Amino acid sequence: MSKIYNLKREVEKPVRLTGGHRLCAGCGAGVVVSGVLRALDKEDRAVVVNATSCLEVSTFMYPYTAYMDSYIHSAFENSAATCSGVEAAYNALKRRGKVDGAVKFITFAGDGGTYDIGFQSLSGAMERGHDMVYVCYDNEAYMNTGIQRSSSTPRFAGTTTTPIGSVGQGKKQNKKDLTEILVAHNIPYVAQTAPIGNFKDLHTKAYNAIYTEGPCFLNVLSPCPRGWDYPMAKLAEITKLAVDTCVWPLFEVEEGVWHLSYTPKKKLPVEDFLRPQGRFRHMFQKGNEWMIKEAQQYVDQKWERLLEHTSA
Amino acid sequence: MIYAKDINERTPWQDLTPGGEIYEPGTARDFDTGTWRTNTPIFHVEACKHCMLCVPFCPDSAIPVKDGKRLDFDYMHCKGCGICEDVCPFPAITMVTGGVAK
Amino acid sequence: MSNRLSGNEAVAYAMKQMNPDVMGAFPITPSTEIPEYFAQYVADGEVNTEYVTVESEHSSMSVCIAAQAAGARTVSATSSCGLALMYELLYVAASCRLPITLACVNRALSGPININNDHSDSMGARDTGWVQIYAENNQEAYDNFLMAMPIGETPSVRLPVMTCMDGFITSHAVENIELLETDAVRKFIGEYNPENYLLKKENPLAVGPYDVSAYYMEHKVQEAEAMKAAKARILEVAAEFEKISGRSYGLFEEYRMEDAELALVLIGSSAGTAKAAVDKLREDGVKAGLVKIRVFRPFPGKELAQALANTRAVAVMDKSEGFSANGGPLFAETRSALYDLKERPYLIDIVYGLGGRDVKTEDIEKVFGRLADIAVTGEIGPVYTHMGQRSKEDIA
Ligand SMILES: Cc1ncc(C[n+]2csc(CCOP(=O)(O)OP(=O)(O)O)c2C)c(N)n1
Ligand code: SF4
Ligand code: SF4
Ligand code: SF4
Ligand SMILES: [Mg+2]
Repeated sequence: MSKIYNLKREVEKPVRLTGGHRLCAGCGAGVVVSGVLRALDKEDRAVVVNATSCLEVSTFMYPYTAYMDSYIHSAFENSAATCSGVEAAYNALKRRGKVDGAVKFITFAGDGGTYDIGFQSLSGAMERGHDMVYVCYDNEAYMNTGIQRSSSTPRFAGTTTTPIGSVGQGKKQNKKDLTEILVAHNIPYVAQTAPIGNFKDLHTKAYNAIYTEGPCFLNVLSPCPRGWDYPMAKLAEITKLAVDTCVWPLFEVEEGVWHLSYTPKKKLPVEDFLRPQGRFRHMFQKGNEWMIKEAQQYVDQKWERLLEHTSA
Repeated sequence: MIYAKDINERTPWQDLTPGGEIYEPGTARDFDTGTWRTNTPIFHVEACKHCMLCVPFCPDSAIPVKDGKRLDFDYMHCKGCGICEDVCPFPAITMVTGGVAK
Repeated sequence: MSNRLSGNEAVAYAMKQMNPDVMGAFPITPSTEIPEYFAQYVADGEVNTEYVTVESEHSSMSVCIAAQAAGARTVSATSSCGLALMYELLYVAASCRLPITLACVNRALSGPININNDHSDSMGARDTGWVQIYAENNQEAYDNFLMAMPIGETPSVRLPVMTCMDGFITSHAVENIELLETDAVRKFIGEYNPENYLLKKENPLAVGPYDVSAYYMEHKVQEAEAMKAAKARILEVAAEFEKISGRSYGLFEEYRMEDAELALVLIGSSAGTAKAAVDKLREDGVKAGLVKIRVFRPFPGKELAQALANTRAVAVMDKSEGFSANGGPLFAETRSALYDLKERPYLIDIVYGLGGRDVKTEDIEKVFGRLADIAVTGEIGPVYTHMGQRSKEDIA
């Protein structure tokens, strides 16, 4: 990639995630995965790894693979270890003259496969320092099994295991800050991004992650029209609102140095992001104003902290 | 080598790939997801500025590009989500009801 | 060349001679020494294996699966809870048809936690689709490990292989052992050249699909057929191995079975004790014999039935408790194998040696005593009992 991002040039590249996969219409995962893979240089080969998830069951349903590159899925909780195994094989075979040429190793896992069940595997692979990229497409719940809460699900969100009832008010806990935990691994590159605008942010970060040597981590917001309960055509709008309310700030941490990638011209109130989504509907009922207030306080507090990191 | 095109739900076990491996790229392209559509995007080439904003937003890689030109939809894979229409800054895409491109 | 090595060192040495591409390494007693010895080989530049020190056995098997799919030869070693933690991935390895080689140093499973030998770890994995080969002693542990790759990597097989030895009893005891020359080992195992692998340039490979019910059953039949094919291949490889080593192996070992009327069927190091007991009883004129199962998966049912066809009473000795309330896993297999015989011997099951509980020659003699009574009276008594535990009742 030349230094200057050019959408026209990028979309001209052959796709690496083809049509014909079985993700729901309007699924953010398809957008995120094709967006990340687009950052690969045309001539470079890749091995793509998936954790069990909506993405996996939809993109490699026998005999249909939607990947143009080699691909492996093993289980739900081990995608980072799996990627590290492919990288280890590459090193060994290269040393022995059995493979040549550059090959990139890219894992995609959902938030469940990353924040929760695959967390140990991820932490281990990052610590060992494999030359790989781990991409979490974060749709904030276990979607494949029918929208159960994960540690990535935001507070108050209704899911099938945090339902709204006469007593239940959705998820009780705040979202785990996984990106920051990955920063604490002291790996060369960590970034948080989302599919917005002309994809410059997502593309550049994916490129940095792929072409920085060593373990790199991307956390990408990936709206799920089914689980979030919004009209499927509104993917771009929902994502933009997540960013402009600072619910999902865009930033990167390069060799331990934090950079803020985007500051909203006007930081929108969090309710702008919450209102269009069915999973937060109860927050707008009379008497529940405190929920929105507390959600706002949490976002403000996290945003302030991020500003401290990035302005230091 | 066993090819995906020779694998279907009547293939005997002897003729399937061991472990469910596939040895070719992008065999999903042979699978028609266009039948999922309940609404259909229509491309108005005359209004298109080829800004390409719609292309990366398509979850189904159903907007082909060639020589700097955004081409008509790949209806075999477009699921009719309407994201492209939503992001297009120009009146180059409209959604019509039903799964068939009119 | 002759040497004195522990079982663990013998297996580590076999690994060094093979110089695998990738090893997944994680400590657990009593297999820990294998990755330790191997780490030293790496540190000394005696191998150029990619040695991956993972954060769990779960990741160790995950690394092996991925690396093997990528085109590498992979090995690992584990025991007990480590093998249990790999459980899900053992199925993945086999169903993806990846010929990984794993040394299992048998140890009891938790809980309560116990570090000593029995077979509950590998027996719990018996239905995962792995070939399982058990060793009686260090020599066999070494030999079995060398034979594993040529078995697993055969195109008609393409299954992972687990070679098992008894924790501490075999893994830590130092014995005389014959080692092959490294060149001979390399020649014996050859190069690993899978037809398709993730890193292949000419065409991509996709591994691990979501398999709908229209295909899943067919893929399982393929796997089952591969396990059947493994039986003949194990014997072929044993024959090739005999040529370079002079040591001969079958699916099981028959010890003084030619005219045996009373027989034991068991697995692993207890065979040494049992052979001593058989010798003693033979001196007293008792027609005692022993079948030591070497290959448990694929299970040599037909062959075993033949070996036991002319006996009058047989005791299966299970070194793991399957909690079926109907006997241990070796018993279930043996009893089922005997079903097709026109005239079947009396059959009992004795679960013994759990968590390192000792078994002595006298214990085995007692079992033969029980078999002798059964053969005379035709009264089996309780079919499934435990041996070696303290009890208010006095049972064999
Ligand atoms: C060990 C294990 N536990 C549970 C499951 C069932 N399971 C499959 S996918 C999934 C949820 C995936 O959630 P996430 O990683 O967030 O991806 P998403 O489907 O939301 O995109 C679960 C619970 C499994 N396959 N394996
Ligand atoms: S449930 Fe959500 S994440 Fe899963 S395929 Fe559908 S839209 Fe995508
Ligand atoms: S967004 Fe609209 S104008 Fe731009 S390329 Fe797509 S269809 Fe054409
Ligand atoms: S309607 Fe959806 S699937 Fe069809 S082309 Fe537009 S964005 Fe792609
Ligand atoms: Mg999810």
